[in-house]
Amino acid sequence: MQRQIPLILTGVIGFVMLLYFFVPHPFISGPGHFFEDAVIIVVAFAIVLGAANLLTFNGEIIARRGKDWPYKVVLLVSMFAMIAIGLVEGERYLEPETVFSWMYNTFYASMQATMFALLAFFIASAAFRAFRIRNLEAGLLAVAALFVMLGRVPIGNVISAHWPNGIQLPQISDWIMENPQNSAKRAILMGAALGVMSTGLRIIMGIEGSFARSGGNS
Amino acid sequence: MTSLLVFLAILAAVALVVAFLIRIPSVATTLARMRRLDRRWIFLAVWVLVMVPLLFPLKLPVAPTARAMQYYEQIDRLKAGDIVLLSADFDPAAGPELVPMLKTSIMQLCRKKVRIVGDCLWPGGPPLLEQAFSEVARDTFHYRYGEDYVNLGFKEGREAVMLAMGNSIPGTFPSDFRGTPVSKLPLMGKVTNLRSVKLLVNVSAGYPGTKEWVQQTQSRFNLKIISGCTAVSAPEYYAYLQSGQLLGLLGGMAGAAEYEKMAGVTGAATKGMDAQSSVHLLVMLCILLGNLAHWAARRLGER
Amino acid sequence: MRPRASRPSPLRSGTTGLPHPVPRLRATSFAVLGFLALVAGVARAQTPPATARATTTSSLPALSAAAADVQNDNGQALHVQWTAPAGVEQVIVERGSTPAGPFTVLDTVSAEGGSFDDNDVPRGKPVFYRLTGLGAHGPTPPAVIGPVVAVAQWFNTGRTNVAFFSVIFFAFVLFFLWSSRGGRKLFVRRIAGIDAIEEAVGRATEMGRPVLFVPGVQDIDDIQTMAALVILESVARTAAQYETKMIVPTNYPVPFTLAQEMVKNGFLEAGRPESYDPNSVRYITSEQFAYVAAINGIILRDRPAANLYLGAFFAESLILAETGFSTGAIQVAGTANVHQLPFMVVACDYTLIGEELYAASAYLSREPRLLSTLKGSDYMKVVIILLLLIGSVIETSFVLKNPPTQSLGQVSSPFKSWFRTE
Repeated sequence: MQRQIPLILTGVIGFVMLLYFFVPHPFISGPGHFFEDAVIIVVAFAIVLGAANLLTFNGEIIARRGKDWPYKVVLLVSMFAMIAIGLVEGERYLEPETVFSWMYNTFYASMQATMFALLAFFIASAAFRAFRIRNLEAGLLAVAALFVMLGRVPIGNVISAHWPNGIQLPQISDWIMENPQNSAKRAILMGAALGVMSTGLRIIMGIEGSFARSGGNS
Repeated sequence: MTSLLVFLAILAAVALVVAFLIRIPSVATTLARMRRLDRRWIFLAVWVLVMVPLLFPLKLPVAPTARAMQYYEQIDRLKAGDIVLLSADFDPAAGPELVPMLKTSIMQLCRKKVRIVGDCLWPGGPPLLEQAFSEVARDTFHYRYGEDYVNLGFKEGREAVMLAMGNSIPGTFPSDFRGTPVSKLPLMGKVTNLRSVKLLVNVSAGYPGTKEWVQQTQSRFNLKIISGCTAVSAPEYYAYLQSGQLLGLLGGMAGAAEYEKMAGVTGAATKGMDAQSSVHLLVMLCILLGNLAHWAARRLGER
Repeated sequence: MRPRASRPSPLRSGTTGLPHPVPRLRATSFAVLGFLALVAGVARAQTPPATARATTTSSLPALSAAAADVQNDNGQALHVQWTAPAGVEQVIVERGSTPAGPFTVLDTVSAEGGSFDDNDVPRGKPVFYRLTGLGAHGPTPPAVIGPVVAVAQWFNTGRTNVAFFSVIFFAFVLFFLWSSRGGRKLFVRRIAGIDAIEEAVGRATEMGRPVLFVPGVQDIDDIQTMAALVILESVARTAAQYETKMIVPTNYPVPFTLAQEMVKNGFLEAGRPESYDPNSVRYITSEQFAYVAAINGIILRDRPAANLYLGAFFAESLILAETGFSTGAIQVAGTANVHQLPFMVVACDYTLIGEELYAASAYLSREPRLLSTLKGSDYMKVVIILLLLIGSVIETSFVLKNPPTQSLGQVSSPFKSWFRTE
């Protein structure tokens, strides 16, 4: 029963949502809307669950002075500080002169942008280390990459400004993006979409029921 | 044509020189040693090539592409008093690419006296949207909150929120980001659902974002959508542009710079294009040098 | 809003013009008039859409209007359209349940649009609309139309094409499911990336270092996360057999709970429940780059020998892959997020591209029921390829025979139009 109930629920709800796409009648769309709204509520509760999880996991490590426990203290203090300041400042917490805004811009936004900026460095080092032209296909890929990289920035305009119309670098870059790149991407997307359908079908039909098991044998 | 021939001639000459040089054992050995180059030198080169153009701008000319023009024209076709949904689905990580296009979009909408309903499907988004609204709509164009623009804030639920907005926007966002009930905001009295808005301007960094808006709402609610997205996401949306499901697309900082050019402003994106150009050249150089090192090593019989 | 006063019934206004009727004549007259009223009322009820009756409010005529049910909806929408005479700038749209009212104002819209969608109609009940044009010449006579009923449809005909192909797909899957029960072996080609997973775990065992498994950065509602967690169970089983430590950082509470169950199941199925370490699965944070920073820290401190990045990844994929490379780990990645595939292909040793990630659970388990869905989607792909080829030929020949015109642009062939979805 412990296994059957989740599988039955998954199957029924999955089937209803599948029908919901095709049947506008309220007999199906009514429950469909309900499940859509329910998802929003469940996901919102999950945020609370996540915060509680964070608190218990890190709290335990701090309590027993586990590995890297000072960093866990920093984590929890930061979390509670942001929550407390936001609550104290109330409705106006996003106004430019508030402490919350200052903390958001100084810490959160800066750290996020820093992590994202790492990509620029890693792209250059990955390009040096790993982009090897070992065969014809890799060579074509490299040439296409060079055209696209040059064509997407102003330097490409400057280099090819006086080239014949139709083969300027931005135009070649656009052609590569709109034709061979688009075709290959569509093919991968179609395959991935079929993969999504078959995985979804496996879950709805209960064939992929491993997530419904809880200990014990299959 | 002459400049093309000159360019090709230079490329050919460089290739010949390199092919000749790589046969010289000492050169080949030096190149092969480059395989073990500490990547921190590459990081340093990236840092220099980003900082120098930012400090000493090259002012390379930006030429708008057809996609940026389409984006601009879709907003340009709006009339005064039309209502637009502006969904800022990103967080500070994508700020450098997307905040410039967000601000320029708000600026163009304000110039057209279009009313804006803003929302976010990413939790880190509302402050960015609010900053952009405050800076552009409120302080520059003297838009009044509640009458000319509204920031509905963030709602968790991703695609479910999009579908719910298709049925009722006030029902999905009963209060704005400040907690004010939307029934007290005059603009929201004119907004029922996605069919009430003339255009969706989506500035997105990934998931949930443009793809989900197109998949969930475009045909279902006959919604016109234009998108500004990160450069890495843009190739994925070309298919939607070709099928007409997207009516305009800005890709990354380059797209933002093109849009700024169309709008007649010199913003952060335009200033960043010099740095982006130089780093693109560096990446190309890294690819070439990396392969040269690899070929040189193979030539020397090294593994 | 205060409802506008209803228009006086012509039967109640004015007089009949008869001076001092004799009682029998009066009764007869009233009977005749009553009969006529009844006939008029019945005729009106049976005649949608009703046309407006002009009054003497303005020199402009009333709007010519009609209302109809919106198709393929849940029965709460009606479409009202009108043709406004010149000079009318706005139209007040009102709705009532009887032709005499009371009417409630729904909206005042621009006359230019020519239509209004009422999306909040009571289902199954006849309603009437009253349209009044506004312009410089004053309001037009109101036009009352109706009754019109919003009806819910049982099937969205705009999605017939999707339903058709869905049925074909299900048919393929059910056929292969049925044939797999008969013991028929289903062939699946070798997928190097999936074979490399076991190799990676083996390598980690030899080096005495843990295996890092990152199930993507999305929540459980992303099917890639589900696919990754199913693979996690197989990896956990292998790791248990080899007695190798696992590290599984997660970034949402629900995948965290499921990941714990999957790892525990894997150890149980390998017959090593005592080796299962509950702390091997960790909840980090839901914040994307904070999660990535934490994983980078794990990679640099714990130095796993095998890094498995399977699931939905975004901008962080290259950061993870480059950091993992710097520690010398063998890396297997798999995602259906096409925009991250180039980074993973370049930076990792093996990459599962798109649907290979979804095929992994079937490939690893070799269970016939799972393989049957794989075969079903492969055959569906064949159907799509054939359609692409046939469609290209049909559309190309149609376009050659019907070049674009100035007024209509390029018209699509009926074959292509059938594939549009509403």
